[in-house]
Amino acid sequence: MSETNIDTHQTSTSTGVDNRKLLMWLFLGSDCLFFGSFISTYLVYRNRSLSGPYPNEILDIPITTVSTFVLLMSSLAMVLGLNYVKEGRQVIGRYWTLATALLGMVFLGFQVYEFTHFAHAGLTPRTNIFGTTFFTMTGFHGGHVTFGVIWLLIFAGSSLANTIRQRLLILSAFLSVVVTMIGFFMTETLDVIPHMPFAVTLAFILLGSLGTVLSLFMLRTPDAPSSVISNQESNLEIAGLYWHFVDIVWIVIFTVVYLISANDGAPLL
Amino acid sequence: MTTISYPTIIPRPKEYVTGIWGWLTTIDHKRIGTMYGVTAIIWFLIAGIEALLIRLQLAQPEGKVLTPEVYNQMFTMHGTTMIFLVVMPLSAAFFNWIVPLQLGARDVAFPRLNAFSYWAFLFGGILLNISWFTGEAPNAGWFAYAPNTQVPYNPTNGVTYWILGLQVLGIASLAAGFNFLTTIINMRAPGMSFFKMPVFVWMTAVVNVLIILAFPIITVALIQLQFDRLFGTHFFNSAMGGDPVMWQHMFWLFGHPEVYILILPAMGIVSEVLPTFSKKPLFGYSAVVFSGIVIGFLGWFVWSHHMFTVGLGPAANAAFAISTMLIAVPTGVKIFNWIGTLWGGSIRVTTALLFSVGFISMFVIGGLSGVTHASPPSDAQQQDTYYVVAHFHYVLMGGSLLGLWSGIYYWWPKFTGRFLNEKLGFWHFGMVLLGFNITFFPMHWLGFDGMPRRIATYPEGMGWDVSNLVSTIGAFVLATGILIFIFNVVYSNLRMPKTASNDPWDARTLEWTISSPPPHYNFEEIPEVKYRDDFWYRKYPELAFETHGGGSDHTEQEIDENHHGDIHMPDPSYYPLFLGLGLTIMIGGFLPFLGHWIVCGIGLVIFTWSFLGWCYEPVND
Repeated sequence: MSETNIDTHQTSTSTGVDNRKLLMWLFLGSDCLFFGSFISTYLVYRNRSLSGPYPNEILDIPITTVSTFVLLMSSLAMVLGLNYVKEGRQVIGRYWTLATALLGMVFLGFQVYEFTHFAHAGLTPRTNIFGTTFFTMTGFHGGHVTFGVIWLLIFAGSSLANTIRQRLLILSAFLSVVVTMIGFFMTETLDVIPHMPFAVTLAFILLGSLGTVLSLFMLRTPDAPSSVISNQESNLEIAGLYWHFVDIVWIVIFTVVYLISANDGAPLL
Repeated sequence: MTTISYPTIIPRPKEYVTGIWGWLTTIDHKRIGTMYGVTAIIWFLIAGIEALLIRLQLAQPEGKVLTPEVYNQMFTMHGTTMIFLVVMPLSAAFFNWIVPLQLGARDVAFPRLNAFSYWAFLFGGILLNISWFTGEAPNAGWFAYAPNTQVPYNPTNGVTYWILGLQVLGIASLAAGFNFLTTIINMRAPGMSFFKMPVFVWMTAVVNVLIILAFPIITVALIQLQFDRLFGTHFFNSAMGGDPVMWQHMFWLFGHPEVYILILPAMGIVSEVLPTFSKKPLFGYSAVVFSGIVIGFLGWFVWSHHMFTVGLGPAANAAFAISTMLIAVPTGVKIFNWIGTLWGGSIRVTTALLFSVGFISMFVIGGLSGVTHASPPSDAQQQDTYYVVAHFHYVLMGGSLLGLWSGIYYWWPKFTGRFLNEKLGFWHFGMVLLGFNITFFPMHWLGFDGMPRRIATYPEGMGWDVSNLVSTIGAFVLATGILIFIFNVVYSNLRMPKTASNDPWDARTLEWTISSPPPHYNFEEIPEVKYRDDFWYRKYPELAFETHGGGSDHTEQEIDENHHGDIHMPDPSYYPLFLGLGLTIMIGGFLPFLGHWIVCGIGLVIFTWSFLGWCYEPVND
């Protein structure tokens, strides 16, 4: 018999790839077909809306370009976070991981804004076939981003933090960002909610930003002796695979919806 | 360093628990396999009763057994149940039981995920069948063509039950697919390279690739249909620019790989049974494996042969006709390899072998009728007639089910330590083969005589009376055969002694190296593999020289007692059960009854809680 210890529950795998990482790759392969189906449906149904609003009347390319940029930057943050965690620099690794999640939240904020704006402008999933395909496709993408944000936040708050204090700070950073975003969102709805004083909106934004900065600042204290074990980095790597994939899907959706079909109008019958 | 212990709401069971809790919390692939098998056979009996009711209704012209409404529900649920709740889970039972054993592994890669797959399958099946009790079972056929499924034409909740049930079942299949693929890629015994894997494992791999790539498509199609029905979107509503044909594309893009998901496991089983009972290696192992892969690959380029009469145009029809006929090539390769395996072998006629041979012959008939409707002009005659019904029963029952039965008789000693009674098995085989052919062969003629499928009744004087009556009589002969099987199972468990040795059939693969039934940790020592059919050459080292041109090293292998450390097996867990339950309640909450969003919310809470509990579940040491 060889020296390798194969008696304990198989810790080494046949290919050397971690089982969970392989599972994630397989899931992503499967998810390609999931988004592929939505995107194909969108493309097949292009130019088939019988009534407006049509894409050329409603799509706002500049603002979506900004949100796309935000999402792409979140992928950069993810790479940096994983890199630092691998180097054993837990504090800065945690910052970048949190930054990934928070940028993801900002992207989602843009999406909520866009959806509300469209609804105000008269485009819902029931309005026409563009609304039907647009909202389902981008909505399920948003759902994927939401899941990723929750995953990264929980990961930053559980595996990359070792004390209750750090966890509470991560929670407060998260809540502060939510409060800030609600504040920004209220500026958009000032005309909808009549008696909303502007001061309240401003307070939301200011307090939220302050809370975010403060929580992140207080998180800078170094941890008790390095506790990042190798398992954590492979866990983060798996979350990263998912995150990058969801980003790539967005690039496709952005291209298909905002670049290719931005000039689609009434059907050419 | 402060460590934070997570509050455990449900303690993790510590031991290998017995009794009902043992089954509810088990993550042992063998027990999960047993649960898959037992559940699938119960669904099989239910779907069988549905089939008998259909046959009773059609036995004579102007049948009055079922109303047309109930008849629609009956054939929809018969097809849906047989495909998603019988053949797929029966295959999954074999994946569970056999794949880790053939790989020389102690369990699958993700034991809890495996348990979750089973529970989601069980609850999904129940969700689908609850519709019987509310009186609104799905009624749009197993492929649920739009616009038949749109609310104006189908206002009851039947189609919604169908959508939501299949959604849960799809998630169960996807989870199992990821799990088995990871297991096959990553948990092979040392030395077992891909081309030393048993053919059954290979076919499992192909099937699970198909599952993880095909099920997302049906998931999306079902989401779209569900949104159309519940939220007023327009995916398949032509009045608003949608297109019912889009549903057909989406469905068959999933549906055609699905039929290979149904048949390939049986092909894998037959490829294990025939060599064992011929005492010969499988003829052309590489050819069988490659043709399995090619079938899986080509299966993606043929979906529109289900839509030849839709009017996609001559170019599309010609292309899909060619790709469809191409599939006959790898299938034919397999048939000849199986015959080549039997040829010149020292054949032992057992029930398992009979079923395998039955599989080959019935599948050839089904395959040939399949080739006839690969040609669009010929298909235009056959579309939606009983000829098609005959075809897919020959491949699904004569193919998949006979193959699966072969596996049941072959591996039963490994599952239980007991043999199934061979004499009863012979009668089971005989009655099933006879009844099956009496039932389905006349349907070829019925189809050519123009009898459409899915009609609740037919008038006298169409020339269909005799064939229909014969077919119904055949169905009852078939049912008798199945009852003999059930009796055999019960009888063997109560009366047959536990006499099975490790290797009762003188077989070739690793599962026969361990006791029958296997201990819960499977292998005391993870085996090392040198050859394809390694166990065979370990038993007969002199043959290794003939086949591989080198002596077997297995004689040198000795078991070093000191090397044998603790065996760590993962602990049982409650969370897979709760996660499956939460998922089903959450998805079931989309049914539009009073307060359904509250139910959906409760499901979400259970789901989230079990999900987090699952992630942070401690490992007992």
